Amino acid sequence: MSSTATAHVQTQQSEAPVSNASSNSPMKIVVVGHVDHGKSTLVGRILYETGALPDGKVEYLREVCEKRGMPFEWAFLMDALQAERDQGITIDTAQIRFRTEARPYVIIDAPGHKEFLKNMISGAASAEAAVLVIDADEGVQEQSRRHGYLLHLLGLRQIAVAVNKMDLVNFDQARFEEVKAEIVAYLNSIGVEPTYVIPVAARSGANINSQADETPWYGGPSVLQALDRFEPAKAATELPLRLPVQDVYKFDERRIIAGRIESGRLKVGDTLVFAPSGKSARIATIESWGGNHVAAVAAGAGQSVGITLDEQIFVERGQVASLIESAPTLSHSIKARLFWLGRQPLKVGSRYKLKLATAEHVVEVTAIERVIDVEDLANHHGAEVGRNAVAEVVFRGKAPISHDSFIANPRLGRFVLVEGYDIVGGGVIAEADTVRQDHKSSNITFVDHKVNFENRALGNGHRGGVVWLTGLSGSGKSTIAMEVERQLFLKGWQVSVLDGDNVRHGLCSDLGFSPVDRAENIRRIGEVAHLFAQAGMLVVTAFISPYRSDRDRVRAIDPELFHEIHVATGLDECERRDPKGLYKKARAGQIPEFTGISAPYEEPIVPELAVVTDGKSIEESVAEVLRYVEATFSLSAREQAVGWGL
Amino acid sequence: MSMNDLDALEAQSIYILREAFNRLDKIAMLWSIGKDSNVMLWLARKAFFGHVPFPVVHVDTKHKIPEMIEFRDRVAKEWNLPLIIGENTAALAAGMGPHLGRVSCCTALKTDGLKQILGEHGYTGVIAGIRRDEEGTRAKERVFSPRTEEAGWDFKDQPPEFWDQFKTDFAPGTHLRIHPLLAWTELDVWRYIERESIPVVELYFSKNGRRYRSLGCAPCTGSVASTASTVAEIIEELETTKISERSGRAQDQESEDAFERLRAGGYM
Repeated sequence: MSSTATAHVQTQQSEAPVSNASSNSPMKIVVVGHVDHGKSTLVGRILYETGALPDGKVEYLREVCEKRGMPFEWAFLMDALQAERDQGITIDTAQIRFRTEARPYVIIDAPGHKEFLKNMISGAASAEAAVLVIDADEGVQEQSRRHGYLLHLLGLRQIAVAVNKMDLVNFDQARFEEVKAEIVAYLNSIGVEPTYVIPVAARSGANINSQADETPWYGGPSVLQALDRFEPAKAATELPLRLPVQDVYKFDERRIIAGRIESGRLKVGDTLVFAPSGKSARIATIESWGGNHVAAVAAGAGQSVGITLDEQIFVERGQVASLIESAPTLSHSIKARLFWLGRQPLKVGSRYKLKLATAEHVVEVTAIERVIDVEDLANHHGAEVGRNAVAEVVFRGKAPISHDSFIANPRLGRFVLVEGYDIVGGGVIAEADTVRQDHKSSNITFVDHKVNFENRALGNGHRGGVVWLTGLSGSGKSTIAMEVERQLFLKGWQVSVLDGDNVRHGLCSDLGFSPVDRAENIRRIGEVAHLFAQAGMLVVTAFISPYRSDRDRVRAIDPELFHEIHVATGLDECERRDPKGLYKKARAGQIPEFTGISAPYEEPIVPELAVVTDGKSIEESVAEVLRYVEATFSLSAREQAVGWGL
Repeated sequence: MSMNDLDALEAQSIYILREAFNRLDKIAMLWSIGKDSNVMLWLARKAFFGHVPFPVVHVDTKHKIPEMIEFRDRVAKEWNLPLIIGENTAALAAGMGPHLGRVSCCTALKTDGLKQILGEHGYTGVIAGIRRDEEGTRAKERVFSPRTEEAGWDFKDQPPEFWDQFKTDFAPGTHLRIHPLLAWTELDVWRYIERESIPVVELYFSKNGRRYRSLGCAPCTGSVASTASTVAEIIEELETTKISERSGRAQDQESEDAFERLRAGGYM
């Protein structure tokens, strides 16, 4: 350690470490508005008024302007880049600081030029309050409305409107009231109440710092006074706990789960539930490093923490830890209001990577409910969303998405979309009850051990399982199975039939019909059916499977998945139908060990369902099986929303 | 549990470092030996619970102030840092120095020296300790900032960056610069150094009425008039000064847009 460092330690021991500089975080202010309405000028003037400029900066810029034969512009303070000075527009969001007596500020100068929307969003998304600048002469323009709308979309509620260039309209009160009425009407129509509307002349400094003599008719605050009256954003400690897992570290003997607490609080001993796995464990320790830090026993929103658990459950990046009584919503479909920045339009059927907190999902656009014209707030139906447009869109994920609505918890209620290498849009999630829970299947075919049974069920809209049809030859098993499969498939189910005759051509082609071979036949089919079921499929089997003991062995593979349906057609009726002429052959002694004739059929004692087909149409029998299947294997709306493991 | 502004900055920087470590395959941290990169190293040790799980790269121009090299070697040993030292040997052999032009020298020894080591090790992410309040072009930076195959910075078309969703997808051959200290100010850095007792090079403290406010290469780094000889005195000084931090860095003053051109070409 250097002697200097030693000196620090001494000062630290003797006195609290925080210097007499403010211990408040600076308030982030965004300045938005139509191109050329004077945003950079306003910011330059604020910096000048608050003494925030380094010595020589104004003189330096005066010199540069003279060298270039241009009049002095306050805006040049912000436009530090060569390219910007040449084009005369602010390209990117710069962050500049100043302070008033009340507190420090970081001011974000957002560009007004339409194609630079992404930069405006980049600045405005982190702001706590906004100043919307409007030219008193030109009045409300397209980007005045667009930016106002985006502030609303981003959740900003503290907005001061600066009606600028009042000097150009001779500080005329009537003109001010006119512009004010126009912007207030627009903002009110989107549910925003501007906190202040201030007549301003940024170039001369009128109503920037203190009340200007030129506007004796105005009794409200100056721009700086208005800013000082805004409330700083509060950390979301009072909302339910959300700890998205950022990473899991095993640098040493500890297995540390790292992440930032986005909302709420946690403490050692709390039981955390991880979505979407539904696994839970208790917090054993809160880890930290650093000489003068004692081990923490609690932490809250905003902190980047590392915790260890009392049980080694599987945890990975993208999962969200919460307390058991207030878990996030888990669903495949989310409806969101989004702003689109992509060069290619967003279309129904397009796929994107959706990033929400630390999770990444592959999502498909299933519906564009409306495209919003931010100029007049008119709704349009459209098949696509163009660059810089705002729309309400429904996405469906391959896997369930842990989220909150933006209103309930902004941190887990917003996301970005990535196409290729680029972020192409952002969205805020509508409240869950407006989300339509559809049962459409999403053709999930990937098999990955990180995907569990529940994930798959949520992906398919139904559980996997084995519907085991048993009954005499000719009882109607195959006919029912094939029709049930067809109808479920049309409804979007992941469904497949394993049929006796087909299986015997391949999987069991080495087996005959002796009791031993029949047992082996059923065992193999049972194993295959359960593999399919665990992979999320609904498997319908159509085998005579005459021996109770064989069927019970199949049931034992996974009793939860196995549903036995007895197709209880009487022998007489089967023999009457004899679709393949087998009974006739069996009666003639041409087929040995034929079930019902020369071999036994052991009826199920307590099947999950018995279907008596005698005297019924095929349609009626199929409908009976379908009713059972849908009632048993579909997910309820609640399960779709929150999963059943939570 | 209530967080002050330094807690908030620390938490955010840790979040950024952890994102970089998780999302990128091969990353390295640049260590200029200056106060900012010392703070950044400290934050890495906090983020990864005492470990620095990636190489720490120092681009040596062979023109650094001797105290800086002595400090580097001592701290690297004390903190057990995975240190990699890079240099543009060809340019140094050819006698590159500020007498051939400050911007050319910076480009050859720093930017090209950095590019060489990036190419050699195939890093796809480079963590650098720049701050928005240092200078206008840095004010425009992104936290995750893409660089072209030639390490160029397209400041006219930067990716959107909001809600802490960073650009972590990029074309093969390009790389990302990661800036965990972007939101910090010079004053924040010093207050954090004070709070955490982070060691810094002696050159920052006043001797005979002058001190260094920003450290670089000996020929291009000047001292400023100051009597601040402790961290507390530096903090007091910064609360009232209006002199810009990089005023002692001669390469910035070569022309109106010298620093911008340096950065567009791949400088930190």
